[in-house]
Amino acid sequence: MPKIILDGSVVEDSWNVVREDAPSALAELGEANTLVPLDCWNALQAESDKMPANVGVWIASTELPDQIEGDLQSIPVIGVDFPAFADGRGFSIGRLLRQRFQYTGQIRAIGSPIRDQLSYLVRCGFNAFQLAEHYDPEQALASLKDFSDAYQGAVDEPVPLFRRRG
Amino acid sequence: MYRYDSIDQKIVDDRVAQFRDQTQRYLAGDITEEEFLPLRLQNGLYVQRLAPMLRVCIPYGMLSSAQIRMLAHVARKYDKGYGHITTRQNIQYNWPALKNVPDILADLATVEMHAVQTSGNCIRNFTADPFAGVAVDEVMDPRPYCEVMRQWATFHPEFAFLPRKFKMAVCGSKTDRAAILVHDIGMMLTTNDAGEIGFEVFVGGGMGRTPVIGSLISPFVAEKDILTYLEAILRVYNLFGNRLNKYKARIKILVRAMGPEAFAAKVEEEWEHLKGSESTVTPEEIDRMKSFFPTPDYRILDDAVASNIDQQLVQQREEHQAFDRWITRNTREHRQPGYISVVLSLKPIGVPPGDVTAEQLDAIADLADKYSLGEARTTKEQNIVLADVAKDQLFDLWQACKPLGFASPTIGTLSDMICCPGGDFCSLANAKSIPVAEAIQRKFDDLDYLYDLGDISLNISGCMNACGHHHVGNIGVLGVDKKGEEWYQIQLGGDQGKQASLAKVLGPSFSREQVPDIIEKLLNSFVEVRIEGESFLETYRRVGHDGFKAAAYA
Ligand code: SF4
Repeated sequence: MPKIILDGSVVEDSWNVVREDAPSALAELGEANTLVPLDCWNALQAESDKMPANVGVWIASTELPDQIEGDLQSIPVIGVDFPAFADGRGFSIGRLLRQRFQYTGQIRAIGSPIRDQLSYLVRCGFNAFQLAEHYDPEQALASLKDFSDAYQGAVDEPVPLFRRRG
Repeated sequence: MYRYDSIDQKIVDDRVAQFRDQTQRYLAGDITEEEFLPLRLQNGLYVQRLAPMLRVCIPYGMLSSAQIRMLAHVARKYDKGYGHITTRQNIQYNWPALKNVPDILADLATVEMHAVQTSGNCIRNFTADPFAGVAVDEVMDPRPYCEVMRQWATFHPEFAFLPRKFKMAVCGSKTDRAAILVHDIGMMLTTNDAGEIGFEVFVGGGMGRTPVIGSLISPFVAEKDILTYLEAILRVYNLFGNRLNKYKARIKILVRAMGPEAFAAKVEEEWEHLKGSESTVTPEEIDRMKSFFPTPDYRILDDAVASNIDQQLVQQREEHQAFDRWITRNTREHRQPGYISVVLSLKPIGVPPGDVTAEQLDAIADLADKYSLGEARTTKEQNIVLADVAKDQLFDLWQACKPLGFASPTIGTLSDMICCPGGDFCSLANAKSIPVAEAIQRKFDDLDYLYDLGDISLNISGCMNACGHHHVGNIGVLGVDKKGEEWYQIQLGGDQGKQASLAKVLGPSFSREQVPDIIEKLLNSFVEVRIEGESFLETYRRVGHDGFKAAAYA
């Protein structure tokens, strides 16, 4: 099983990201843990009042959280895609999910986030990371703690430094 | 000026350690070239034509003498003994070795300096008036606000991978010396009817390939709300700016595509969610920041002493014509009686504009200690300001400046050109810019002639990235590539203040040899048609473009 970083540790992970040939009915998904694209999620969601716990959604960097239909809180995992690591829209999307939509489930950076973005991603509300293959997730853990403090308020610490200085 | 506490210091030290580790992993082949690119850029490191270039941040242009000595040390130890003051008040070094950069950053951190976010697609340094705190036309000191914003922008986790670079400027005086209308966001300090402090906010100005004057999107954002408002603007830009085409990625293109009203409405909508959050600036924080920029302990002179000093100055000016000229061109009025601000010229003929040697940097530090309360400022015109000089020290200061090469009495004249590094150093250049500046300086080296021409800005960029601000020069020179050869387009009528205007292209471009002659024709035409007392720009605005064009191509 592939390894990801989740809540500060490396874990085996079974979620599969479907990018093409998205299922057109829940029945096609079976038991596998699957993140489906936003359009697909919205279509499947219309099919059932209660989505199975093995289905999550991922949103593209061109999409916004308010396009996700149904009960956000019940989604186990929301993936945010970084089609290229330099496409920084996902940082805003993460903050919107947590701070505007109060989403408390797993937010996972997918696509090609890089190790050296981890500390900023955490600050923007991400708690799971699927890094590109050339990174060893164990070694990458070190980058979660690049900074001991931060000036501005964000998800991990909404209180800006100027309200916390002694 | 702002001083770090232990938390600021720790954050900057963390950054040095982070970049040291990143550099090691890159050199070991664990980070790809592509991935390392934004990491090194956000630590100021470019790869240039000849070697890497390191751009060190000088927040809104403020430097202590200890910091200036460190800049000299870096030039000496890691470079070829000099640095270059940029048009955004930073300093860059042209010859550092990549493997040494973490050590350079560690050295800089010992004097509360860094190279954070001096390049890359992130929030860059804030530009402010080099005469902040001392200018007679100042309404409010912009520096405490610049520092509040600087801290907010530093390592902002959401905005480190923007569509493009992002530059801001803050102005607190009647005359805008920060060029707020040609920045991504320009802020003008103001008060509302209730007497509260806030900002007029302009967005979408910029130079580069598509020069645009910024649009007003809010007439008043209260000081406490400025960070949440900026966050709203940046979020709209981050989410909706163009990421497909690098040339359409600046915020100005988004603002133009949406229209300033629609853009402003989108920002308001976003701001509704952020306004009033904990990022709202507290009065205590504003007071704390203001406490770093106090009115210095100026010497208060009684009338008799003051008039003695004035008399002595009059006499010195009569006796020494060169001193008189220097005072006329290179000093600015100060709000405190008995004091004056002095501009040290970094534009002697034959030296690339803005270049400064390690020895000169050390000398500036000494001059700052001796004559200006231990501080100096960089200007976007690529000179140095000693803001707080006692008038009775002027003559001594002038004499000290002469052998150091700082006394060219040409500030604000044609000879005080803004010039980017151009083809001699920059890998993006279409053409060289430094030799053009030098040729113009040599052709017009007669001081009486320069003074007769009066205030005139001549700005040179080696390509359309416009680091030399050619769009806002009264005369702009732009290097262009014509079938692999270096040519120069000349533009007229630019201005950068509150009446900002973009220069208009004269016509077909010229060879390097032709440029000084064409400028001569333009100047002759100005001298011919000007009305007594008019500046070049005023004449240009009165008589229009065509007369000058006819003269240039006659
Ligand atoms: S204007 Fe062009 S040539 Fe000059 S420094 Fe900027 S990028 Fe380089």
